[in-house]
Amino acid sequence: MSSIKPRGKVPKEASVDEIIEIKTLIRHPMHSGRMKDADGKTVPRQIINAFNVKFNGKEIFKMKLEPSISTNPYIAFPFKVKETGTFEFEWIDDNGEKYTMSKNMEVI
Amino acid sequence: MKLTKMKKISRRNAIHLLSVLAGSMFVSSISFSQTNQVLKRIDEITKGLGAEESDIYLDLPEIAENGNQVQINFEIDSPMTETNYIKQVHVLADGNPAPNVATFSFTPEMGSCAATTRMRLSKTQNVYLLAENSDGQFSMTKAKVKVTIGGCGG
Repeated sequence: MSSIKPRGKVPKEASVDEIIEIKTLIRHPMHSGRMKDADGKTVPRQIINAFNVKFNGKEIFKMKLEPSISTNPYIAFPFKVKETGTFEFEWIDDNGEKYTMSKNMEVI
Repeated sequence: MKLTKMKKISRRNAIHLLSVLAGSMFVSSISFSQTNQVLKRIDEITKGLGAEESDIYLDLPEIAENGNQVQINFEIDSPMTETNYIKQVHVLADGNPAPNVATFSFTPEMGSCAATTRMRLSKTQNVYLLAENSDGQFSMTKAKVKVTIGGCGG
């Protein structure tokens, strides 16, 4: 599972009351459970089923993903800047594994 | 002899006709039940309240060349304060094997209600966006996307 790599883009600096856009992408096959491999066998379902974002420990954004979400799920969302802090991103796999990433942002 | 042959053909024709008829009925019942599934799902989410159609900004391509990666972007006008904000947004599609695509949960901290992601569409279909306000009101919008090459495999 080393091929699964989360990536994110958060501005390093922002001013108070600014609405910034946070972009994330995780490399994941998102097997919907309907695809067939080269031998004609159905590939079992394995997707990222949840995405959670916390800022300074407080939950700010959540997304529930279904098999209809594309391979390498891309998610972008806004956030209103109030203070300096750390974003914590978490992706939850069907197999129970969690992929995490954190990004710092500074108020100027 | 001739008569039996004729009989055979007509029976075959009859069976063929029947199977075509059954097939078309089957196909139409599938598409019907899928639209129904979305409406049922909306009913489930809104707990029978229903949703009013409103002008939510929903950006979807009119024609998607590749159904595997269809970008969806929406923005809902909301003050996003502690007392009045969009709590949840459901994305539903009526032509996919399952109606649910994604559910977003927003908080007032975000300051604005918007999101972007990419979804799979198996064929030409309607995409529904159902938003739940913190006061329990629902609003929705839909858009039709023409898909040239379907996603979802198969």
